[in-house]
Amino acid sequence: MPLLEVRDLTVVFERKGEKPFTAVDHVSFDVEPGQTVGLVGESGCGKSVTSLAIMGLLPRRGARVSGSVQYEGVNLLSLSDREMRDKRGRDLGMVFQDPLSSLNPVIPIGVQVTEVLERHRDMPRKKAMLEAAELLDKVGIPDPTRRLSEYPHQLSGGMRQRALIAIALACRPRLLIADEPTTALDVTIQAQILALLKELVHDLGTALVMITHDLGVVAGLCDEVNVLYAGRVVEKAHRHELFAAPRHPYTHGLLSSIPRLDAPRGEKLNPIRGSVSDNIPWSEGCAFAPRCPNKLDVCVRVTPEQEDIGGGRLLRCHNPVKPPVAEEVSA
Amino acid sequence: MLRYTIRRLIQLVGVVLVLSLLLFAWLRALPGGPVSALLGERSTPESREALTKQLGLDQPIFVQYVKFLGRALSGDFGVSTGVQPGDSALDIFLQRFPATIELSALAILIAVAVGIPLGYMAAKRRGGWFDNISVGGSLLGVAVPVFFLAYVLKDVLSSALGLPTEGRQDAINATRVTGFFVLDGVLTQEWDAALNALEHLILPAVALATIPFAVVFRITRAAVLDVLDEDFVRTAESKGLTAPTIRRRHVLRNAMLPVVTTIGLQTGALLAGAVLTEKVFSFAGVGQALAIGFERRDYPVLLLLIIMATIVYVVVNLLVDLSYALIDPRIRTR
Repeated sequence: MPLLEVRDLTVVFERKGEKPFTAVDHVSFDVEPGQTVGLVGESGCGKSVTSLAIMGLLPRRGARVSGSVQYEGVNLLSLSDREMRDKRGRDLGMVFQDPLSSLNPVIPIGVQVTEVLERHRDMPRKKAMLEAAELLDKVGIPDPTRRLSEYPHQLSGGMRQRALIAIALACRPRLLIADEPTTALDVTIQAQILALLKELVHDLGTALVMITHDLGVVAGLCDEVNVLYAGRVVEKAHRHELFAAPRHPYTHGLLSSIPRLDAPRGEKLNPIRGSVSDNIPWSEGCAFAPRCPNKLDVCVRVTPEQEDIGGGRLLRCHNPVKPPVAEEVSA
Repeated sequence: MLRYTIRRLIQLVGVVLVLSLLLFAWLRALPGGPVSALLGERSTPESREALTKQLGLDQPIFVQYVKFLGRALSGDFGVSTGVQPGDSALDIFLQRFPATIELSALAILIAVAVGIPLGYMAAKRRGGWFDNISVGGSLLGVAVPVFFLAYVLKDVLSSALGLPTEGRQDAINATRVTGFFVLDGVLTQEWDAALNALEHLILPAVALATIPFAVVFRITRAAVLDVLDEDFVRTAESKGLTAPTIRRRHVLRNAMLPVVTTIGLQTGALLAGAVLTEKVFSFAGVGQALAIGFERRDYPVLLLLIIMATIVYVVVNLLVDLSYALIDPRIRTR
């Protein structure tokens, strides 16, 4: 049984006097225990909203969430506020994008780690402090005992993100959601943080939902990948297959827009034309159609359904990219 | 921190010196004077001249000022001519200052105890009916003049609530230790006296508290709204912390900085409000003495009380600045 089973998750933002906006549109995916699943897409495709909906962190007013999020067989969306507070931090951990603003500036790091231990593991303060020092050590923060009494502004960006990871993993949750955890960091630090995450989820057997726009992160970390476009999953595949043979024109566009070191000099970059604002609503056809090089007439009339194309792959496209010939895949 | 405090206190000495000079001149520039106030309109020129001489007001102003400074250094701030004629200005201050402190402290306490929770609740329910009503109410709190509200409390509400409207305490034989009536009652375990003194404080304190309450409420509401949008509040939620922990440790702690600043600035407004409130409630505090002092041109009392008010204001705001460091570690390390 999957650890997390997201089915038809839909989030609609409603504001008085404005048209409701569907940020997440019938998104479904599974996360097996210990597995790392990527949610990939550009800004505004609904990946962060998906993670917040799973965590129950969307504002109660103005955001309508439907579908189901089964965690170990319990639908998280049906839990009360109190029950959800018991789950968050204990069964589900989350790491956010900006490590400076995600830490409370006026409270020592130590308290920010121990408060979650005291809350969920009933640890007395003293014992929690020892455990916190151990946690900071485990995420690679040198001199952890001293760091406990320091404040976020006294730590470097990478250290802060390590501290946040320590907080999220303090209670050994079975699922960790990381929402672009490296976006705000230097490139060298990014690699360290990714390596750390990889190592930790492996050691602890934690399942990881990795939310990112960076295909490099996906390549290094994820087992399964879900590509989101305008709130819907357009392609789902195993990491290797996705990189070797992207079928959706959007995925293909994303991959071919990455500049390559071995490309001939002077070769032009290969961006996806247009922007998200060119989208048409899914109800009228394929949202990606206006930007799609493979567009057919049918694309702007009929909404493509999600199809199982074999090998555990799902695809939502009328005119997918032809898979390369078999020899090329193995090469 | 220590160097900062010392520097601020040295600045205070300068401020007091300049202020005393200005006040000295300003007070004497007011129409009328202690002589007319004491002798009335039908006094003879001879008696006026004699009194003027006796008060030393016939000398050039800078001579008066230098003499005043010399005496002030040895703790002599002159003798009252109007508030309590014959008493030394310092005694009047020492007698009345505790009363005003009690009144202001209770007023600030009310303003903070009501304003902060209400501000938090309003922010949590932004745009809801509770928010709209309390924002409207706070606007009313700022807009209604203190003296009007004081009269309403005194003439309308006091009988309904059975609270006294005049003075600081009924004629109860209370022992004086510190001059703070409520505190004295507690210290000497004369509970009747303490309770009686407290009852006398309630209505004037409520009248005095309205403006600081409204300001504290609005600043708290705005600050909490800002903090609720912060990423670290979302992090706290993602940890599954209980609502009270998030409120106390993560939201309010961060929202307090502007609120504390406001409380400091409001002490100035409080002293201004005390003049009106104490007058209405015949409350024998510094404010009442200032009001009477102005009517009767009591130069020594006015000078001393205004300077002391300035010192209190500067010291309170220094304490506020120092408390930043307690609240925000980012200021501490700088």
